[in-house]
Amino acid sequence: MSTTVNRVGLPRDAYKGAATTLCAGCGHNSITNHMIKALYELGVEPHLLAKMSGIGCSSKTPAYFVESAHGFNGVHGRMPALTTGAHLANRQLIMLGVSGDGDTASIGLGQFMHMIRRNLDCTYIIEDNGTYGLTKGQLSATADLGSMQKKGAVNTFQPIDPCAVALALGCSFVARSFSGDGKQVVPLIKAAIAHRGTAVLDIISPCVTFNDHDGSTKSYSWVKDHEESIADVSFIPFFEEVHVDYEPGTVRDVRLHDGSHIVLKKLGEDHDPTDRRAAIRVIEEGRAEGHLVTGLLYVDTEMDDFATTERIPDRPLKDLGEDELRLSRDDFAQFMSEFA
Amino acid sequence: MTEPIVNDLTIQAATVNGSGSQTANLVLTRAIFHMGIPVAPKNVFPSNIEGLPTWYQLRITPEGHMARSDKVDILIAFNVATWREDLKTVRPGGVVIHEEAFATADARTDVSYYAVPFAKLAKSKIQSDTLRKQLANMIYVGVVAGLLGIPWEAVEHGVKRQFLAKPKAVPVNLDAIKVGYDYWQDNFSKQDPYRLEPMTGVVEGKVLVEGNQAAALGALMGGVTVVAWYPITPSSSLCEYLIAYADRFRVDPKTGEKMISVVQAEDELAAVGMAIGAGWAGARAMTSTSGPGISLMAEFSGLAYYAEVPVVIIYFQRIGPSTGLPTRTSQADLGFVYTLSHGDTKHLVLLPGTVAECYEFARDAFDHADRFQTPVFVLSDLDLGMNLWMTPEFQYPEKNFDRGKVLSKDDLERLAGEWARYRDVDGDGVTYRTLPGTDHPAAGYFTRGSGHDEMARYTEGADAYARNMDRLARKLETARHALPPPLVDESGQKVGLIAFGSTHAAVVEAREAISVDYMRVRALPLSDDVAAFVARHEQVYVVEQNRDGQLYDLVRLALPPDLVERMRSIRHYNGQPIPAAAIIEPLQAREAVPA
Repeated sequence: MSTTVNRVGLPRDAYKGAATTLCAGCGHNSITNHMIKALYELGVEPHLLAKMSGIGCSSKTPAYFVESAHGFNGVHGRMPALTTGAHLANRQLIMLGVSGDGDTASIGLGQFMHMIRRNLDCTYIIEDNGTYGLTKGQLSATADLGSMQKKGAVNTFQPIDPCAVALALGCSFVARSFSGDGKQVVPLIKAAIAHRGTAVLDIISPCVTFNDHDGSTKSYSWVKDHEESIADVSFIPFFEEVHVDYEPGTVRDVRLHDGSHIVLKKLGEDHDPTDRRAAIRVIEEGRAEGHLVTGLLYVDTEMDDFATTERIPDRPLKDLGEDELRLSRDDFAQFMSEFA
Repeated sequence: MTEPIVNDLTIQAATVNGSGSQTANLVLTRAIFHMGIPVAPKNVFPSNIEGLPTWYQLRITPEGHMARSDKVDILIAFNVATWREDLKTVRPGGVVIHEEAFATADARTDVSYYAVPFAKLAKSKIQSDTLRKQLANMIYVGVVAGLLGIPWEAVEHGVKRQFLAKPKAVPVNLDAIKVGYDYWQDNFSKQDPYRLEPMTGVVEGKVLVEGNQAAALGALMGGVTVVAWYPITPSSSLCEYLIAYADRFRVDPKTGEKMISVVQAEDELAAVGMAIGAGWAGARAMTSTSGPGISLMAEFSGLAYYAEVPVVIIYFQRIGPSTGLPTRTSQADLGFVYTLSHGDTKHLVLLPGTVAECYEFARDAFDHADRFQTPVFVLSDLDLGMNLWMTPEFQYPEKNFDRGKVLSKDDLERLAGEWARYRDVDGDGVTYRTLPGTDHPAAGYFTRGSGHDEMARYTEGADAYARNMDRLARKLETARHALPPPLVDESGQKVGLIAFGSTHAAVVEAREAISVDYMRVRALPLSDDVAAFVARHEQVYVVEQNRDGQLYDLVRLALPPDLVERMRSIRHYNGQPIPAAAIIEPLQAREAVPA
């Protein structure tokens, strides 16, 4: 019996992880499966993958995919810092961060924003359920105004929309999706990984235990009824040929730094994903009309990522030895003499 | 006139912060050092950009004493706001050089005054309107040079050395100094006993280095490649020196690429997090901070301890609690840093006592961190970090980096992939790790701050937790024996002193006045040598710069019960570097210590 393998010779099972310990039906488990599919189909080499996370239900999930890759489940809200350091140490790694709405929009908002500001080359997935699941159902900062907690308490504060924040800061890749929409999530994950720079992907991911009731705007039924995709997303990796069989004028093609393409097929109104102001408008209009706008909101393929701006070599800094890092004996002697 | 006092005096310049006085003080320092005379400068400055009072003490002794003196021989009174208070610090028989406009009626009569019309001279003799304020300070350099007999050649050297990178500034500064020098010659005759004369024997082969310069050089020589920091006094200058040195020594001339990344982070949490992320991925990584910054690093430090990630944290003690006195020195964070973070966290802490050790310990900290896969703190302080210290030139390292127990792809093939991240194979508590990017299917593991077993799997199991904590204790025990041992200087005295860090300078000087044995502790956890030293003495005084006797407490905890009562404590905690007198006086008062 032959097993199907991907372009690096690995079967799909090689991208699985430990069994999930999250609740049955949790949106995060769906995202884990989408991740496995995306990484397998992209042919990511597990040893080059670094799975990063903070604290919370979402942050446990890196243990549930690509078991053979390195992972780092750090402290609450500080995944961007660990990711920044690891990336600077070794630019060859594919930095894949998984966070939640508490981890990102509350305790970690500062680091989230500064990571975007630097355009760190990483994928930052927010498994966004609008609630603190692990501590039993407190409201989070992404909960919509007026949405209800399970026991009936109503959220009286304005929500923080991670996509709007990211756009305001000039994030080079911003997308939103829904854990139940694998057709959209999988190509977006692939595109986020292929993108060089910070790719923020806010995935609404219902919490079946604490936030899946009537009155919640992060429940399965609410999102299914209100999701409005701005375009069909497909992703063509650099190692596959582009087949365009759409009618002219119906698709937009975005070429990424590594030669991959994102192909966006129009649905309704045309959205230009390279127009940041349009992206902000689309979000605002969706919110005003009571819709959840999903899809690729914005991408800038030209902006330099952090390590490029900082002129860090492609060769991992971690591999440099005494010869390159220490001053020579002559330089050292000269340098000491300057203190005389 | 009394006997001349040669090369043994303390000059205190009382000036206004932000006026350019620091440059004048450094010119004076370098001129005197050039005469072969030992100098020990202490800069006492406010947390302010300009306007508040600042003092610069330049201590000159033929022996080369490095501690602060609490006696001022020559006051340069340049700040009208503080001058009445400054006058009180001058010892009887001392000298006061002051702005002529300051009123001296009803002032002290037991000191000599030299009134100089600094403001008028600056106005009439300094042509440049833009530089007048700065150059006015140079005038007092000239007056002091005249007063003490500093040869003009030494003054020229001091100016050239100070403006090494800006040779164009040399003539204009020399001109300003000449104004003061000539004013002295034309208007005064010597009424006081203080003289400077060229000497030999102490400063040969020595250089003047700030502890932060030393530590920055040490970090570079230790192979640091990722530095993340957030500006905070007194640690900022370390990273700024590091940036300057890296621009000079770590840029590939062909490509312009940098063999180091220095990130100014958004706060100290991010700074230490970045360093830990880099350490996890295999780089030699560090952060540097001070005061409140270390409180913000507490959670991440615990993660690095428990998940066993190498990182170097160079920490500068300043006066707390809270914002405290941001620009004054202290040794009050020894206990806090040692167990920084919640849970049973305990760290390796290096305690440099000289600028040479700032260099060595900053350099070797990376070896310790890699070897023991844990945070290593280099505990400096404001006095050591931001003042210039006379030191022998630093030694070039002869050893290669010790990157610790890291399994490569070849190692994993040899082991057929059989390894466990937290299994104590060697019995020393130090386990093997792999780095992300290692091309072997068994290389990957999951690093976490939550409970984990030998295989790095999540567990809340009681036995697995306790087993892991016991192993961490074993690792600490291994490390304890590998850290710099205490330095002991003893001759069978009944009384011993124990100190650490920058207190060293005051102890060295105090021991010229009183006969006591001395142990300088250079790392935590404490060496077994400490208990042995106590056992050899009837009384042992721990001298430190904090209110509660933090090292005193740690030493007592490390002693068998019968030795505890031998311990005594001397504490100095007013933000000023401890003078020798603060050690001599209590010792003489409480003990029959032979002089």
